Amino acid sequence: MLDFPRWKTIGISIILLLGILFSIPSFLPEKTRDSLPSILQAKVNLGLDLAGGSHLLLEADIADLRKTQLTNMEKTVRTAMRGDSGPDDDIAIGELSNTGGKISFLVRDQAQLDEARERLFSETQGAGLTGQRDWNIDVVDMTRIVLTPTNAGQAQAVANAMDTARDIIDKRVNELGTREPTIIREGNDRVVVQVPGLENPAELKALIGKTARLEFRMVDTNADPAEAAAGRVPVGSEIVPYAEGEGSGAPFEVLRRQVMISGEQLINAQQSYDPQSNQPVVSIRFDSGGSSTFAKVTAQNVGKRFAMVLDGKVLSAPSINEPILGGSAQISGSFSVASANALAISLRSGALPVKMTVVEERTVTPELGADSIRKGAIAGIVATVSVLVLMLVVYGRFGVYACIGLIFNVFLIIAIMAAFNATLTLPGIAGFVLTIGAAVDANVLINERIREELQRGRKTFQAIELGYSEASRAIFDANVTNVIAASLMFWFGSGPIKGFAVVLTIGIVTSVFTAVTVTRMFVAHWLRTKRPTSINI
Amino acid sequence: MRLLKLVPDNTNIDFLRWRKLASFMSFFLVAVSIALVAVKGLNLGVDFVGGQSVRVEFTQTMPPIDEIREKVGDIGLGEATIQQFGSDKAVSIRTALPDGDKAAAERAGQQLVAGINAAFPTAKTGSVETVSGKVSEELLRTGAISLGLAILGISIYIWIRFEWQFGVGALGRLFHEVSLTFGLFAVTQMQFDLNSVAALLTIVGYSLNDTIVVYDRIRENLKKYRKMDIVPLLNLSINETLSRTVMTTVAMVLALGMLLILGPDVIFGFTAAMLFGVFIGGYSSVLMSTPVLVWLKVGPDSFVPRTTSGMEGGERIERKDDGAVV
Repeated sequence: MLDFPRWKTIGISIILLLGILFSIPSFLPEKTRDSLPSILQAKVNLGLDLAGGSHLLLEADIADLRKTQLTNMEKTVRTAMRGDSGPDDDIAIGELSNTGGKISFLVRDQAQLDEARERLFSETQGAGLTGQRDWNIDVVDMTRIVLTPTNAGQAQAVANAMDTARDIIDKRVNELGTREPTIIREGNDRVVVQVPGLENPAELKALIGKTARLEFRMVDTNADPAEAAAGRVPVGSEIVPYAEGEGSGAPFEVLRRQVMISGEQLINAQQSYDPQSNQPVVSIRFDSGGSSTFAKVTAQNVGKRFAMVLDGKVLSAPSINEPILGGSAQISGSFSVASANALAISLRSGALPVKMTVVEERTVTPELGADSIRKGAIAGIVATVSVLVLMLVVYGRFGVYACIGLIFNVFLIIAIMAAFNATLTLPGIAGFVLTIGAAVDANVLINERIREELQRGRKTFQAIELGYSEASRAIFDANVTNVIAASLMFWFGSGPIKGFAVVLTIGIVTSVFTAVTVTRMFVAHWLRTKRPTSINI
Repeated sequence: MRLLKLVPDNTNIDFLRWRKLASFMSFFLVAVSIALVAVKGLNLGVDFVGGQSVRVEFTQTMPPIDEIREKVGDIGLGEATIQQFGSDKAVSIRTALPDGDKAAAERAGQQLVAGINAAFPTAKTGSVETVSGKVSEELLRTGAISLGLAILGISIYIWIRFEWQFGVGALGRLFHEVSLTFGLFAVTQMQFDLNSVAALLTIVGYSLNDTIVVYDRIRENLKKYRKMDIVPLLNLSINETLSRTVMTTVAMVLALGMLLILGPDVIFGFTAAMLFGVFIGGYSSVLMSTPVLVWLKVGPDSFVPRTTSGMEGGERIERKDDGAVV
């Protein structure tokens, strides 16, 4: 007990000092913190339930993605069979079908079967680590080619789509201009979006919710408006409603079913001003494929209108005043700066590659969060102080040591949380208070043991020595079980519960250190310097 | 300075004398708890059943529950569950997931908030939660799994560190504690949500903390007093650790009590459950987890093979006051 080596004392003191140093930034206002050296910038983050804000869990519609994957392959088959160098290069096919999760078609000339297969093979890609392709190409009855997506191919398609979706959502959320949003992929088919400080998630959801594909389609000018109102439209056309607040009175447009240009071909969309009228306009730009299609279509349809359709709703249906050959166009109309900007964002943020739905939403207002912090802080301080007083009253000098350990414990927990950039949630505050209660348990065990050993007639030194050594075993076992419970909470829990588990785990580790090692250092120092023959415990 | 002793020195209570009564009590309470959960059911929050939940703070105390129910009914999201929540101005309003497509569910939260704002312009909606059926099923499943794993994992740890009888004792105790806490949720109809699962896991962890301290002492005494009968030995161990049990329980009650009274009302149920767990934990340590060892025939030989391996260096000294009751 007495031989507490100097290096140990120094080591413990350094840890405690670092603990205090690194916990300070979390208490400082933002401005003061910014002026600190960067190593001291780390602070404890506040969870959404304390800071206020919105948490959204989005789930991808995988079935929809599979459908898209098949439809795209169907298109690919058509293009590939057409060949690059004119009609001579074509492979005649028939009975192209897309059912039962596979693409199947007939090659009319058996001699071209291998060539057809060859061409399709070059359209497939490697997927996964086993050298598998993303599609299986099988020849059936020596006449038919059947394409089925492989598991690896499907998995890769999902992974790619989710990565893209995450990036697009990221872009969209950043358009909101809120601070420090978190957008992360979770599991196979989910994305978590957390936006601190956001009070009304409706805007955010609307922005993310614009899930369907962006399409440019021609307005069917042959449709009779009266007939259309009654639901009768020409063959090859359909009624598409206007998006909410768009269309200036008209409830719908009759559009050709055929998609002129798809959203992926749009490179950019921006709000700008018309150089002549100085009115707000939306400028759009297509990629090379889109440009040439757009040029062709606009040349053929001057005076007619085309529609931009997002999520099955018409955003805008401008007239084509002149052929647009360069791939850049200006959409003018009765835009305000805000509405032009909104349209630009809708166009620019493009299409999510897969439909996403909100499957979980939690929003806490900043006021409620602030109220929780205030009450939590008061409760935490009062709880700590009352436990400290209890220790002093019951254990005297040894209570003082326990209190010192406990106070260091508080600093260490905050410092470690800050260092790991951990998030403090509301249950985390409860975890903090619980840790305070549990931390003294170690000291209680030690001190009770010392009392017992003294009662058995042991000498002061020996009693203290035994108190520490005998209690340590129980302290260790007891804390392992707590770590088991806490780690399960961490693995299985979500958001706030994770926060609770983090505080609990950190608290368990630090409390063993402060309650056993740190108090022991102080007790050893006291014993060495004062050499007491009896103690009051 | 005279120090406060919560438990007088040389306390020697024959706890094991009440072991039959205590066991009967425990079985009875567990049975009642299970029956309560079966009959009254748990007031499952949106985390586990899906739906929308809004916390609304009114300007006046005692908000008109019936009027709120009527107004929320008008929104068209079905019957609402309305509960006083923490402070006397706040209520939680919960509606079931709407039928129909996913988009309907997505809108429901917004609809609810808008409806409430329109009906009660002065009221403030503090938090909104919407959980879909699929996610709530997952949360329920992972919650149940984590609770089960925690109980199992901890029991296995105790079995490895001690003896199988101790592991069984721990398992029984955890089952006891968890059942009773479920009973508490059934009686009070406090909302049972994700936080409640965290509270349960904490109770599981804490309660074992207590058990281990007592079991550790039993292990030590078994090696020290090889000739002593098991009942007096268990009594001795409980009495020796009694002042620690009381002291820690008081500290925990102090800390959690402050959190319950002064802390944020959002986590009232969470704190209440943990506080309850601390109370029954104290009872179990003394009267429940130890008698189990008598039935499972823990004896002086339970740790004999291990002493030779040098794991424990139990000294043999006679106490001045043996404290054993024969």
